[in-house]
Amino acid sequence: MQPTAHDFKSNARAALGDKQLQDALSGLPGGLVAQRAAARARLPEFDGLRDYGRDLRNHTLEHLDVYLERYETAVKGAGGHVHWAANGDEACAAILRICQDAGARLVTKGKSMVSEEIGLNARLEGAGLEVVETDLGEYILQIRHETPSHIIAPAIHLTQGQVEADFRREHAHLPAGRRLVDPAELVDEARQILREKFIEADVGITGANFLIAETGSSIIVTNEGNGDLTQSLARVHIVITSIDKVVPTLDDASALLRLLARSATGQEITSYTTFSTGPRRDGDPDGPEAYHVVLLDNGRTELLGSEFREVLRCIRCGACMNHCPVYNAVGGHAYGWVYPGPIGAVLNPGFIGIKEAGNLPNASTFCGRCEAVCPMRIPLPKLMRHWREREFAGGDTPFTTRMALKSWAALARRPWAYHLLARLTSRAMRVASGRSGAFRWLPFATGWTGGRDFPAPQGRTFQELWAARQKQAASKRSAR
Amino acid sequence: MSLPGGARASRDSILSKIRASLGATPNDPARLAAAEKRLMAKPRAAAPQRVAASGTDLVARFTEELQRQLATVVATAGAGDIPAVIAGYLRANNQPLRLRHGNDPYISSLDFAGIPDFETLKGRAAPDDSTGLSAAFAGIAETGTMALTSGADNPVTLGFLPDTHIIVVPRSRIVATYEDAFALLRQERGPTPMPRTLNLISGPSRTADIGGRIVIGAHGPRRLLAIVTGDL
Repeated sequence: MQPTAHDFKSNARAALGDKQLQDALSGLPGGLVAQRAAARARLPEFDGLRDYGRDLRNHTLEHLDVYLERYETAVKGAGGHVHWAANGDEACAAILRICQDAGARLVTKGKSMVSEEIGLNARLEGAGLEVVETDLGEYILQIRHETPSHIIAPAIHLTQGQVEADFRREHAHLPAGRRLVDPAELVDEARQILREKFIEADVGITGANFLIAETGSSIIVTNEGNGDLTQSLARVHIVITSIDKVVPTLDDASALLRLLARSATGQEITSYTTFSTGPRRDGDPDGPEAYHVVLLDNGRTELLGSEFREVLRCIRCGACMNHCPVYNAVGGHAYGWVYPGPIGAVLNPGFIGIKEAGNLPNASTFCGRCEAVCPMRIPLPKLMRHWREREFAGGDTPFTTRMALKSWAALARRPWAYHLLARLTSRAMRVASGRSGAFRWLPFATGWTGGRDFPAPQGRTFQELWAARQKQAASKRSAR
Repeated sequence: MSLPGGARASRDSILSKIRASLGATPNDPARLAAAEKRLMAKPRAAAPQRVAASGTDLVARFTEELQRQLATVVATAGAGDIPAVIAGYLRANNQPLRLRHGNDPYISSLDFAGIPDFETLKGRAAPDDSTGLSAAFAGIAETGTMALTSGADNPVTLGFLPDTHIIVVPRSRIVATYEDAFALLRQERGPTPMPRTLNLISGPSRTADIGGRIVIGAHGPRRLLAIVTGDL
C-alpha cells in the first residue's frame, strides 16, 4: 500500500475532526482495555509468563536461522512447500505462481497483516483473480476499498450504521426493505454471501500467528472460523507469513497462546486455534490437496541486526494500540501505513524507511502504557527514541525542530542561563497575561491555544522555590 | 516441486543475512546444539495454578471454563445416554434431527435407532448439513478447550460448515494444560504427531467486527455442545 505516514500530522487533524470516526472510536478500545485487565486478573501467572515469553522469543531470535531451517525441513517432511521471499514483490510473485499453477479463479483469504504489508490483493486482482476477504471486518473493508485501522479489529473505525449502508449498496441483489438493525442481522447477511465463496474457492490464503519448528505447523488464532473454512474447503492452502513467527516447539507455542488472546481481546483463548501441517493425508476426506508457506523477510533481517531487534518479539496482539492515548484519539489510519499505534511507530520506519515514517515515532507522549502492557515486554518508547535519534542523525528532522532542539540543548548545558531565562520568561508571561492569568493565543504554541487557553506561570520558578526551601531548612537546622 | 533459481537465492540470502545480523557462522556447533537441546527437551512454562494446584477437579474446571465461553456442556455416563442428549439438544434449538459424523469408532457405535425419525449421515460435511458430530482427541481443563485431530474418523469440515457442532469428550482424556495434550499427541501418534489439522476449539464461532458487539455464529457453528462421556 502507498504510505501516507509522512502526512501523519494532517491525517491526525482530519481524524480528530471526523465525527463518525470519533463516534466509532469512543469507548471501543476502552472495552478491550477492561477485558484484558479482567483476563490478567484471572491468571495470576500472567506477568511471569510475559517474562517467560520474552526469554523464549529472545532465544528463538538468537537462533533464528537454525529454527527456520528446522521448520523448513519439517514442512517438507509433511508434504508441504516453503517459498522464501526477500521482499513483497517476491512474495506476491510466488503466491501468484501457485494460484496460476493451480488454475485458480477464485481465492478466499483469512486475515493477514503480512498480506497487507505486501499489497497481495492488488497483485492477484491485477492478474485477473477474484480475491475475497472472509474475516468479517476485512470483508467490510474490502467492499469499502479501505485498509485495516487496527491489527486485530480491522474495522474498529466504523460504526454499525456505516456497515449497514455498505451492505445495502454492495448487496443490491437482496430485497431493499430487509431488516438490518441488529449487528446479528448484518453478520448473518455476510455469512450467507461468504459461504458461497468458501465453497467455490480454488485457493485459500491465511496468515500465521506462529510457525513451529518441531512439527512444521502453522497456527492461526481466530474467533469466526473463516480461516478454517478458507483452508479446509479450497484445493490449495497458502500461508503468507514472515520469518519472525517461528517458535521452537508446541510447548513454546502454548506459552505464547496463553498470552496472546488475553492481551488482545481479553479472552482466555479464542474460539479457534488451528494447527495446519502439510496437505491432507492419504485417506483424509477433506482438507487441501496442497500446502504452501511463503516466508517473508522484507526488512526483518536488518531489524534483527540493529538496536531494534526486540521489536521482532512482537506477537501482534494489539494491546499497545488499545492502551495508547494517541491511537485512541486519532485511530489507525492516521498512521499512514500497515501497522498502526506504538508497534507501527517502531515497525513502519523499519519497513518503509525513517524518511517516510519519521512522524510516527514522534507521535507519542512516551506515557509508557504500551510497554507496560506488552506481553513480550518490548520497550516500545525506547525503540521510538532510537528512531528519533536516527532521524536526527540522518538529517531528516524538520529544520525548525532541529533549531528548537539545538537551542534547548545549548541552554540545558548552561544551568545559569537556563534558570535566568526561565525566571525572566515566567515573569514576563505573568505580566503580559494581564488580569486573566492566561493566554488566548501564543506564538509557537498555536497547537495548544487553538483549543484552549494557556495558563501563565504564577509565582516563582521551581528552582527558586527549591533554593528557598533548602535555605529555610538550613537556617532551621542551625537555629536548633 | 523444484525451487526456481530465484527462490533458492532468496532462501540462501535471507539465511545469510540472519547470520550476519547475529554475528553467527553457518553450522556453528554451539548454536546448533542450543537449538537442538530446546527441541529435544521441550521445556514448559509453569502450569497455571487453576489446574496445577493439588486436588484440582479437572473435569469441573474444564466444564466451567467452556461454559464461560458460551458452549453448552453435558456430562453423561456413557454411549447409551448420548443419543438422547443429542436429540434433546437439537429439539430444544429447533434443529432437524439429523447429523453427520466420520468413521470414529466410538461415535459410530452410538445407537440412534431408539429416536424416531433421527437421521445420521457419514463423511465430510456438505454445505447444507445442519449438525456435525465429532470426537475430541483430548479435553484441556485450563481454558475449557477441545483438541480435535482431522482425518477420516473426524473430518475437519464437520466442525465448521454445519450450524451446530457437537463434540464428544472422553472424561478420561481431560488433561490440565495444552502441553499435556501435546504430550498425548506425541505419545500416541509417534514421531510425526500432527494430523493435517489440529483444531483447538473453545466455543462457538463469534465476531465483534461490527460496532464492537459480540455476535455468535460468524462463519462457523452458531452453537456448540460438548458431551463429556464417562465410559472412555
